[in-house]
Amino acid sequence: MTARPKLEAQDIRLSYLQPRTGTALAALDGVNLQIMEGEFVAIVGPSGCGKTTFLSVVDGLIAATAGRVLVDGEAVTRPGPDRAVVFQDASLLPWRTVLGNVRYGLECLGVAAREAGARAEKLVALVGLSGFEHHYPHELSGGMQQRVNLARALVVDPKILLMDEPFAALDAQTRELMQEELLRIWAAAKKTVLFITHQIDEALYLADRVVVFSGRPGKVKDSIAVDIERPRPIGVKRQARFHALEDRIWELIEEDVKTKAREDRHARA
Amino acid sequence: MRRFYLQHERAILGAVGIIAFLILWEGFARGWWAELLQPLLGPQAARLQLRPIFISSPTRIARAAFDMIFVTGAIWKDFGWSGLEFTLGVALALAIGIPLGLAAGWYRRLSYAVEPFLTALNATPQVAFLPLLILWVGTGLACRVLIIVLLAVLPIAIGAVAAVRTVDARLIRVARSFSANDALLFRSIILPSSVPFLLAGARLAVGRGMIGIVVGEIYGSAAGIGAMMNQAGSRFETDKVFVGVLAIAVAGVGLVEGLRRIERRVEAWRPQVAA
Repeated sequence: MTARPKLEAQDIRLSYLQPRTGTALAALDGVNLQIMEGEFVAIVGPSGCGKTTFLSVVDGLIAATAGRVLVDGEAVTRPGPDRAVVFQDASLLPWRTVLGNVRYGLECLGVAAREAGARAEKLVALVGLSGFEHHYPHELSGGMQQRVNLARALVVDPKILLMDEPFAALDAQTRELMQEELLRIWAAAKKTVLFITHQIDEALYLADRVVVFSGRPGKVKDSIAVDIERPRPIGVKRQARFHALEDRIWELIEEDVKTKAREDRHARA
Repeated sequence: MRRFYLQHERAILGAVGIIAFLILWEGFARGWWAELLQPLLGPQAARLQLRPIFISSPTRIARAAFDMIFVTGAIWKDFGWSGLEFTLGVALALAIGIPLGLAAGWYRRLSYAVEPFLTALNATPQVAFLPLLILWVGTGLACRVLIIVLLAVLPIAIGAVAAVRTVDARLIRVARSFSANDALLFRSIILPSSVPFLLAGARLAVGRGMIGIVVGEIYGSAAGIGAMMNQAGSRFETDKVFVGVLAIAVAGVGLVEGLRRIERRVEAWRPQVAA
């Protein structure tokens, strides 16, 4: 008997009507994906392959043209407290302090003020921002803003955490630090994670399984288990096994990246 | 000494400019410049003495202001009437302009329907509607309030439209992702990010409301700062006209400063931009 997946995407298709040309543009072309409870799955793919769009469908912000998303076997039609997004740009409310931003999700869900405050403070501590509760976003570094972003999603205690290239805008050192931090927090919070990234090493370092998307229209090309034991010190990125997996994923993506580059050149010419 | 000057350069130079202007003015009214330049210009110099009936003078204005404020107290009644018109007019303009503008900014279809009116109204001088307003509601308080509404509502509504249009779409996504309903989305995202636009609209509305006071009281108004100026002007009481101008200027500056204080308090979170 196989366990029921925590999150399941069944043949998700999505096409937009382009207002300028009147033609339909396919963004997602039958995505199938299963994620088990507590699993950390990363999606990698060339830019413009519909990774972020797929995440929005899973969150319920965008309705799929066909197919369905199931959480614990129940169909998703709109955003709900069982899923929370860590957005690409920190997207913090600039007029709220760190604590105010972390509380925001709880306020949206109608949690009483006192309880919201207590839960928010706990999460601020978990992401290592104690002492910065009353700072405004513009007073924080990019890495700290992403910590707030992460805390804001975790505080509603979602079953599934959806992460949309959260570290893409950070410098290389901060990014590595944040990846390590994320694994620490993930181990403490025990969440199912769907993590979108275009960086192969980031996907491999973080995930139990890396799902490779093909170029537009997006669909699952392959799924690769990352058999590197945890906890993973940042040094695993220098191991031969890590490099071998990196090469394998790169081979899967390479053709799509090159095709995309050719198309871009063509479009600009 | 030099340090004191550098620290207060702005205030000192501003005061010097004003004092120089007042002396120049007073000199024209009292014939100081005519006397001074007599040896140089001969009889032509007499042209430099201007009749106070036309230009008044700072001291005459000060005396008239003192009289009107403390001796006869006549200005308070005018101030009261104009203040009432202004308060009612601007309050109505806010009550109409903010909801209308916010709604037009949010609902694209409504904006398509409303924008032609806003654009057309913005392109016409709104005082051109005064004869119509008089036809419709007479020359009473209603007419004066309505002309202020007409003048003040536009910058408020246009500001509110712009406010909603420029709300960060990413923040709306955040709210939606947390299942915020429309009321909460409005309260937690749209309103806070609209504040600077709404206050900028209100600042413009104050200035236009002042125009409304003067223009609206030209016809058939017995009381109010604008009416007082109009009557004084027709009796060649130039001093009183200037007192009216000053009163409006002081009230306008005071209100705009008040709005700036509110803005500074509400927008305390905003990073300070180096001047």
